[in-house]
Amino acid sequence: MTRLSSRHLLGLEGVPRADIVAMLDAAESFREVLDREIKKLPTLRGITVLNLFYEASTRTRISFELAEKRLSADSINFTKVTSSVTKGESLRDTVQNIEAMKIDMVVVRHASSGVPYYLTNCMDANIINAGDGTHEHPTQALLDMFTIRRKYGKLDGLRVVLVGDVMHSRVIRSNIWGLKTLGASVALCGPSTLIPYGVEQFGCDVYTNVDEALDGADVVNVMRIQLERQKAGLFPSQREYTNLFGINKERLKRLNRNYTIMHPGPMNRGVEIATDVADGGQSVILEQVTNGVAVRMAVLYLLSGRKEEE
Amino acid sequence: MAGKKFDMVIRGGLVIDPALGFGKEACVLIKDAKIAGIEKETAALRRTFKTMGDNQIIDATDKLVVPGLIDVHVHLREPGQEGAETIKSGCEAAAAGGFTSICCMPNTRPRIDSQETVKFVQDRAQNASARVYVAGAITKNIAGEELAEIGDLVKMGAIAITDDGNYVQNPEIMRRALQYASMFDIPVMQHAEDAFLCEGGVMNESAQSARLGMKGRPAAAEEIAVLRDLALCRITASRLHIQHITSRRGVAAIRWAKREGIKVTTEACPHHFVLTDDEIGKEFNTNLKVNPPIRTREDRDAVIEGLVDGTIDCIASDHAPHSSEDKDCEFDMAPSGMIGLETTLGLVKTFLIDKGYLGWADAIRKMTSNPARIFGLPGGTLAAGSPADITIIDPDKKWKVKAENFRSRSQNSPFLGWTLSAKVYRSILGGRVVYEK
Repeated sequence: MTRLSSRHLLGLEGVPRADIVAMLDAAESFREVLDREIKKLPTLRGITVLNLFYEASTRTRISFELAEKRLSADSINFTKVTSSVTKGESLRDTVQNIEAMKIDMVVVRHASSGVPYYLTNCMDANIINAGDGTHEHPTQALLDMFTIRRKYGKLDGLRVVLVGDVMHSRVIRSNIWGLKTLGASVALCGPSTLIPYGVEQFGCDVYTNVDEALDGADVVNVMRIQLERQKAGLFPSQREYTNLFGINKERLKRLNRNYTIMHPGPMNRGVEIATDVADGGQSVILEQVTNGVAVRMAVLYLLSGRKEEE
Repeated sequence: MAGKKFDMVIRGGLVIDPALGFGKEACVLIKDAKIAGIEKETAALRRTFKTMGDNQIIDATDKLVVPGLIDVHVHLREPGQEGAETIKSGCEAAAAGGFTSICCMPNTRPRIDSQETVKFVQDRAQNASARVYVAGAITKNIAGEELAEIGDLVKMGAIAITDDGNYVQNPEIMRRALQYASMFDIPVMQHAEDAFLCEGGVMNESAQSARLGMKGRPAAAEEIAVLRDLALCRITASRLHIQHITSRRGVAAIRWAKREGIKVTTEACPHHFVLTDDEIGKEFNTNLKVNPPIRTREDRDAVIEGLVDGTIDCIASDHAPHSSEDKDCEFDMAPSGMIGLETTLGLVKTFLIDKGYLGWADAIRKMTSNPARIFGLPGGTLAAGSPADITIIDPDKKWKVKAENFRSRSQNSPFLGWTLSAKVYRSILGGRVVYEK
C-alpha cells in the first residue's frame, strides 16, 4: 500500500504530487468495485469512523457514509448546526467525549476555516476535511480531478476554468492546489467583488469576463452561487449574475472541442448553469457524484490505521 | 548631600533617563517615595551608604536603571471578566514586565463610562503593584451614539477617553467628542478601524486571508479611520491619540499630519512590529487573533520605520487577557486580543534594540517620557522630586516565555516558547520594590 506523507487530509495545499496520484490511483480500483454486483469490501472492518457535520450537507455526508459502508467500517453520524452565538459545549470537549468511545477516524465539516487542523490538536484520530468554512474541501477537488483524469487520461497540460464565487469557495481553493500540483493550468473567473484580495498568490489567470476565461479551455467547473452573497451586496442580482457569468450553450463555443462541464452541486439551474448545459452530453456532473464515493473510499483506506508515531 | 539619609539607593547601574538626557553610571537616591537625585558615586556618598541597611541598597551593576515604564493601553477586565484578569493580577503582570504605570481601557462590564466605575477601578487599584490610570469611555456604554459624561469622568480622574475595541463610527459624534474633550485638555484615544469594512473579519485582509479562506480586515479600514480623524482633529484643534497603528499608509498619514501641525500622537504594539500574518496559517493559533490584526511584512516594517523616525510616540502592549477556555476554539469564534505586559520589554529589546532599529534611550523614551507627556502623567523621569518609580533591567538576560511564569491570570500570548533578551530585575513603585526577579 502506498504511504501518504500525512496521516490526515486537511487540505490539498502543500500535498505532494505523489500523494495525490496515490489517492487517485487507489480511487481507480475502488471505482471498479462500485460497478460490481456486490459493492462491499472488508478493508476497514473494525474501524470506526465519525462523520462530524457541523454544517448542513447532503451529498458529501451521504457520499462519505456510503464510502465507509462499502469498506465495512462502522459509521457514526453527528450532525449539529451551530453558530458562534449559540456555542454550548466546546468543540474540544465534544470531540474528546466522542473519541473516548474509541473512534479511529473523523470526517469533519465545519463552518469555521481551520477546524480540521484544530481537531488534530484535540484528538488522535485521523482527520479528513469534508469542507472547512471557506478554506478547503479536498475530497471534492480530488473527485473533480479524478473525473477529469478518467476522461482525458491525464491532468498535465489541461486548461481548467473554475467559475463562481472565488472568494468564498472552498471547492475552488482545493481545486487550485490540486490541479496545479498535477500540472493543469487553472483559470479563475467570477465577479470582481467575489475575487479575494491577494488572489495573485494562487498563480492562476484571473478573469472577470467569462467568455475570455472559457477561450481555449478544456474543462469548466461551475460553482454554485449562493443567494446570500447577493443579499450581502456582493453582486446586484441573480439575473445580472446569470447574464454575466452563467454558463450557457452559446458560451461553450469558445471551449476546446472535447470539452467537459462540471459542477460540484447543488446546482441552481438557470442561474450559474443553463439546464441544457448541465444535462448536455459533455456534462459529467452525475459521474462526479459516483466518483466521489470511490475517491472517499480511497482516502479512508489510505489514511486508516496511520498512527501518530508513524 | 553627604550625611543625608536616604530610604533607598540604587548603585552601580547605567542610568538612562531620556527626559533628562541622562545616560551614564550613577546612583539613584530615593527618599520619601520620591527621587532625591541622581549622583555620581563618591567616597562621601559611600560613607552615607554605610549607615543604611542592606535591604536599602540595590546593587545594579551591569543593569540599566530607567524611569518606571508606562503602558497606556491595558485591558484589566475588572469589573466583569475577573476570570481573565483582575486589577490586582494585571498590576502584578505590569510590575513583572517593568511597568509601574498603566492606563486601563474602559471596555469592561459594565463599561467605565461613569464616575462610579472610575471610582471602582481606582479603589481596587489602591495598594496594587502599579499605578492605574483610567481611560473613560467616549460614548455611553461604548455604543458610539451619545457622548458619555466626559466632564464627570475627568473630574473623577480619567486621563483620556476612548471607546477602544470599537471605532467611533459616526464622524459627527467623533467631532463632538474631540471638541468636548479639548475643554479638559485630554487626548481622545481612537481604535482606528472602520467597522463596516471590518464586519465579520478575523484577520488581516491579505494573500494569507485569501489562502486560508478567512474574512479579512483590510488595512484600508485603518487608513480611512485615521485619515478621517486627522481631518476632524485639525478642524477641532483638539488632541487625538491613534491607538495601535498597524498599517504602512496609516503610519504615513500620521507622519504627514504631524508635519501639518495636527496635534496627533500614536502608539505601536510589539505584536505589530514583530509578527506578520504569515504566522496564522501555520497552526490557526487563536492567540494570533487580535484587532487590529497583525499584518504583512511591509506593514510591519513600516511600523518599525515609524518607531525609528519618531512618527510613533509610544510603545504600548494592548494587553488583552482572555481565558484559555475562551481562546481554545475555532479561529473565527475566538475573542480577539493577546496579553503583552510581561513580554513587551523583551520584544522591544530583541526586535528593536538588538536589530539596531532603536537605541535604549529611544526605546525607553517611548515607554516613559513620551506617554507621560501626552497623557499628563507624573513620572516617566528620574528628575528629583518625581515619584520614585524605577525599573531596573538586566539588559542581555535571555529568558524563555512560559505560560506558567505569567503573573497575568491569562496565558494568551503568541510568544509562548520564544526566547527573548532583557529581563526586568526590579520594579520599584513609589520607593517600594513591587517586583523582584
